[in-house]
Order: sequence, then C-alpha cells, then structure tokens
Amino acid sequence: MRALRILLEKEFRQVFRNPAILRMIFMMPAVQLLIMPLAADYEVKNVKLCVVDFDHSSYSRKLVNKITATDYFQLIDYTDSYSKALVYVEHDEADLILQIPSSFEKQVVKEDKATLFLALNAINGVKANLGGAYLRSIIGDFNREVRLEWVQVPRVNTQPTIQVSSINWFNPLMNYQIFMVPGILVILVTMVGAFLSALNIVKEKEVGTIEQINVTPIRKHQFILGKLIPFWVLGLIILTIGMIISWAVYGIVPSGSILTIYVFAAVYQLAVLGMGLLVSTFANTQQQAMLLSFFLMMIFILLGGLYTSIESMPMWAQAFTKFNPVSYFIEVMRMVVLKGSTLYDIRSHLFIVFLFAIVLNGFAVWNYRKRN
Amino acid sequence: MRQFLFFVKKEFFHLWRDKRTMLILFGMPLMQILIFGFALTNEVKNTRIAILDNSKDETTAEIIQQLEASRYFDVVKNIHSNEALEPAFKEGKIKLAVVFPSRFQYSLSHGNDASVQLIADATDPNVANTLTNYATAIIMDYQANLKGHQDFPYTINTEMRMLYNPQLKGSYNFVPGVMAMVLMLVCAMMTSISIVREKEMGTMEVILVSPIVPIRVVIAKMVPYFLLSSVNIGSILLLSVFVLDVPIQGNLALLVGECLLFSITVLALGLLISSVSDSQQVAMLISLMGLFLPTIMLSGFMFPIENMPVPLQVISNIVPSKWFYYIVKNVMIKGLGFEHVWKETLVLVAMTFFFMVASLKKFKTRLE
Repeated sequence: MRALRILLEKEFRQVFRNPAILRMIFMMPAVQLLIMPLAADYEVKNVKLCVVDFDHSSYSRKLVNKITATDYFQLIDYTDSYSKALVYVEHDEADLILQIPSSFEKQVVKEDKATLFLALNAINGVKANLGGAYLRSIIGDFNREVRLEWVQVPRVNTQPTIQVSSINWFNPLMNYQIFMVPGILVILVTMVGAFLSALNIVKEKEVGTIEQINVTPIRKHQFILGKLIPFWVLGLIILTIGMIISWAVYGIVPSGSILTIYVFAAVYQLAVLGMGLLVSTFANTQQQAMLLSFFLMMIFILLGGLYTSIESMPMWAQAFTKFNPVSYFIEVMRMVVLKGSTLYDIRSHLFIVFLFAIVLNGFAVWNYRKRN
Repeated sequence: MRQFLFFVKKEFFHLWRDKRTMLILFGMPLMQILIFGFALTNEVKNTRIAILDNSKDETTAEIIQQLEASRYFDVVKNIHSNEALEPAFKEGKIKLAVVFPSRFQYSLSHGNDASVQLIADATDPNVANTLTNYATAIIMDYQANLKGHQDFPYTINTEMRMLYNPQLKGSYNFVPGVMAMVLMLVCAMMTSISIVREKEMGTMEVILVSPIVPIRVVIAKMVPYFLLSSVNIGSILLLSVFVLDVPIQGNLALLVGECLLFSITVLALGLLISSVSDSQQVAMLISLMGLFLPTIMLSGFMFPIENMPVPLQVISNIVPSKWFYYIVKNVMIKGLGFEHVWKETLVLVAMTFFFMVASLKKFKTRLE
C-alpha cells in the first residue's frame, strides 16, 4: 500500500510539473466545447439558391417571393441564363438552381400542367436531398394556392384524408447543441485518457527510467495502478469542467441525475485507461504509441455514433460497435442528459463497460513485462 | 549534397525499420476509406419503431403492413400501451412511435377524416425529422392509393437533377477530406514528432555540433515522410476510384500536383511545430489541437462552413486544409480546370512560404 502511495505521489508530481501538458489538458475541453458545437451544426439552413426565370410572369415572381420568404433559402441571383447560374454552382456560391420555363404561367392555366426544373449540387448528398425536398414542399404549397384561385373547395372532405401530426419528445425545440455537446464531452474524456496514459509508460521506456522501476520491488499491478489512478482523477476533473462549460455556455442541465453520469464515467474511464495502458505495453517509442492510439481512437470515435447514427450503419459496423466502449458512453450520456434515464435504465451499458475495463486492464497487466 | 543524401538514407532506415509504424501509416488511409465509404451514412434504415394500434381494424393493419415492408423501419412488437412508450424511448429501444386512435377506420370511411400521431425521439433532431418524413410519406402513399389515381387540375411538377453526384453518394464529399486528414497526419504530426524526438533523446546536440548545416538535417527528415505521403495519395486515389467508384473528373496531373503542394505545406507546418515544442508529447498535442481538430471541424468536409457563426467562418480561412479540400473537390469531383482553382492554389503557396520562413526564424542552432 505504501509503495502505491509513493508511486502516486511521483505520478501526480510529474503531471503537475509539466505546465505544457497541464495547459493542454485544461485548454482542450474549453476550446473544443466552445468551438465544436458551433461548428458541428448539421442543421441544413442557408441553402443558397439561384433562380433562372425564363417566364417573368406574375406566377413566377410569386413563387420566388414565396421561396425567399422562408429563412431557409438565400437568393443568390435572379437571372435568365442557365449557364450563368451553373457558374455559381461551380464556385460553390449556389447549391440549388431553380429554372422556371418560359410560358410557365400559361401552361399552368391553359394546359393544367407545367414543369419546373431543379438542379442541385449533390456533392454533399444530405444537403442536396433536404434542400430539394424542402423546395418541393414549398412548390407544392404554391401549387395548392394556385389551385385555390381557380377551383372552389367543398366544405366537407369528399376524399378520405388521413391527418398526420407529429410530436418531438425529449428535445421539442429540436436543439442540435443539446444533442452534440454530451457526445463531444465523451470524446474529450476519451481522448485525454487514452492518449496520456498510452504515452506515459512509453515515455518511461524511451527515456530509460523504466529500468529503475523494474529493479525495484514494486509489483506489476501496483505499477499499473500507480499509472492509472492519476489519469482517472484527471479524466473526472475534465468531465466536471466540461459539464460546467456546457451548463454555463449552452445551458444544458442533465434531465437525469448527475450522479448517474459520474458513476458511469468512473467505470468508463477505467476501460479507456486500460486501452491506453494496453497500447503502451505494445509500443516502444512515443511515436508508435501515439500513432497506435490515434489509429484506434479514430476508428472508435468515428464508429461511436457521434456524427452518424449507429442504426444506419451496415451490419459489420454495427457488430463492431458492440465492442466499442465509446459508443456506449455516448449513448448513455444522451440518454441521461436528454431523456433523464436512471441508473436502472443504463444497467446493461454499465455492466458491459465494466467488463471492458476488467478485460483491458487485465490484459495490460499480463502483457507488461518487467524485463526487456 | 552527398552529406544530405546520407542523412536522407539514415532517416529512411529509421522509418523502414519501424515496421509497426509503417503498417499503421499505410493502413490508416485504407481504414478511413473503408469506414467513411461504407459505415458512415446519414441514410436512415432499419430504425426500430413501435406501433400503438388502438383501433385494430383492416385499415390500420394495412398501413402497419406498409410500414413493416419499408426498409426504413423495423417494427418492435411488444409495446401495447401508452405507458410502455416512455420507458421504451428512455432505454433507447425505439426511435419513433406511430399511434392510431380508436375507431380509425370508422372515422376514415364515415367522416372522410382520420388522424395518426407520430411521436419521435428528437434527441437527434435530424434523424427525428427524417423518420417523421418517411413515416408521413408512407401513410400519404396509402391515402393516395385509397383515392385512386386521378389527375388534379393546375398541376405543377418538379423535375430534379443531381449535379456531379447523381447517386447521392457520401463518398464524393469525404474522399477529399480523408486525403487532407491523412496528409496532415503523415506529414505534419509524424515529422514534427520525429524532429522533437532527436531533441528529447539528446541526439540533436550531436547533430548541431557537426559540420552539417542544421537545416539540411531537418529537411532530410522530411524527405521520407514526403515520399510516404505520395504513396498514400496514390493509394487513396486508387481506392476511391476502384473501391468507392468515385471517378476523377478533372486533370489527374493537376490533382496530383495540388496534393504534392499540400504535402509540402503541411511539412512546413510540421517543421514549425517541431521548432516551438521541446517534448514529443507537446508536439503531439499541438498537432492534435492545432491541426487535426481544425481539419475535421473547419475544413468543411464534416460540417458545412456556411452554417457556422461568422467568427468561425473567418478563422476557417487560416486552416490550410480548407483550401485543399476546396481544390480537390473542384478538380476531382466537379472536373474544373486550373483557371478555377488558381486563387486557392496561390493561398496554399503563400501559406507554405510563410510557414517555411517562420520555422527557419524559430529554428535554434543551440539548445538551452
């Protein structure tokens, strides 16, 4: 026990004596939480539209007014040349081209049928899809208005109609930040924990001080624990800073219990640190350790469900997320923060992450050799 | 010159003998292309939904069948009451619930008017929107079939054309981004760490007192990483053409030229990082914070720049990968020529020049 205490004292001193590392540890959550949620805005808005109007009728103008009245679309230019509009798209100044054919109004009124032409910059498929769909629904509205001008609508429905109404639970204002911030917090805790713990042992290897530790009577598990506990504490401190920032800046207060988050985070940290330690027992230089943990982190984070939902992944990727601790924590964070889930609701997540912690740390202790 | 070549050779040995690092450096682009190409989609499919049928008649049965048949939804069977909905949402078992009121068929056939309620889990607003849209569309389809096909007067149709990416593949968007990320990693992070390593180990001292011009030593360090990154550029391009079916629309020579230019820009950046940091951990954290995160967040490949607040849009201009991403997107996907990207190329050249000068100024020939 005494050996462990002395080891801990050494580790804490090492961390607190390195101002650069310390600064990074506290700067990273602040910067990431302040910038990332602002940048990570998937909401499709400000779609830039260029209208090519060959008709110049009252209908075409009415349609354009109706479109620009929403804050969804931003009219870049109103022109009568398609090639000019295409240049805007080439330079990324426009996302959508709406082409109104000549005699559009005449066709609607006389022939009962007219066709509008819509060209989308589809490199970003999501934006093209959503923007196009939204524009079509506006055109549909416009169509209904036109029809109303000419046709009397009967009082009672003559056709069977089904009204669909929708409610959004848990996030009625559809706030994207409430969704992103808890996830980003997870990434932060994970990155700091995994990288620092991986680099730490390897640094001792590279500088040669590990020899000194190896010749002392310190046991393997004491050494690993001595490395683990300081970063475990650091991770929880970072989580706390992150939660304070997300409360102060974004006004996010978990609807569940904060204790639930900490209980899960405490167990989760063990798993992440175990992964870092495991990496460090494999690597000989800091460069290797960094690259290896970077490689793993990238896969875990990208497949963790922060940016894209796990359900839409193919089967092999979904099977992989079962072995990805990051995805469990992201899910738990969202469940607790947004839905107010309790410890009982997340029991299976907690159990699985606990298993990860045992396996990873056990493997790390087993793989750590006191000889070269 | 001969001295210089010897140093290049030394660095090659360094890199070549570290098989694990080599494996990861070559495996990285492969892995990223696989993940981005096949695993990350915003497409919604097989989402678990619950159906609460308070009416249990033929019409609702038919609609439920339509919902079940769609590839977007998987119906979870064991939820039969309002009370069961909330726990199911909380445990993350379902994302959407479709609620039919009692006497659905009766009101539809007698009053010509019936209502369905959709309850969406809006924790992810975009997914909630998409799910609601899909479910609504399926119900509307059913309704349209009830009415039978008939032409409405005064119909305005819309014809859509998808420019550059007719199949709406996500890969068109991310291949340029993956390229920027991999080059960042190989050129900036790896180089800066390998230079700082010599400082940390003390071998830099030996080099600095030798008759070789110190800056040549540093440049010799960059050569292997530059070659490595060219190999990676090649493999990414091959993978994207043959595995992801993303064709190279523009001039291949122009594209490769721009990639090599960007490699040099990031190499210079790596040099700058190495001259301001004195431990490998610091170099790594600076590259992570200063290069990697901005590349992911502000280059426009993960998140649309025009959605960001204005200060961030301004900051994004100093991120080299933003310009590189723009160039590659235009040349590779849109097939535009040099006349459309010369301004951005010039920005990259200017940045390279600036990083070079700054790092040479900062480069110390003495260690404290």
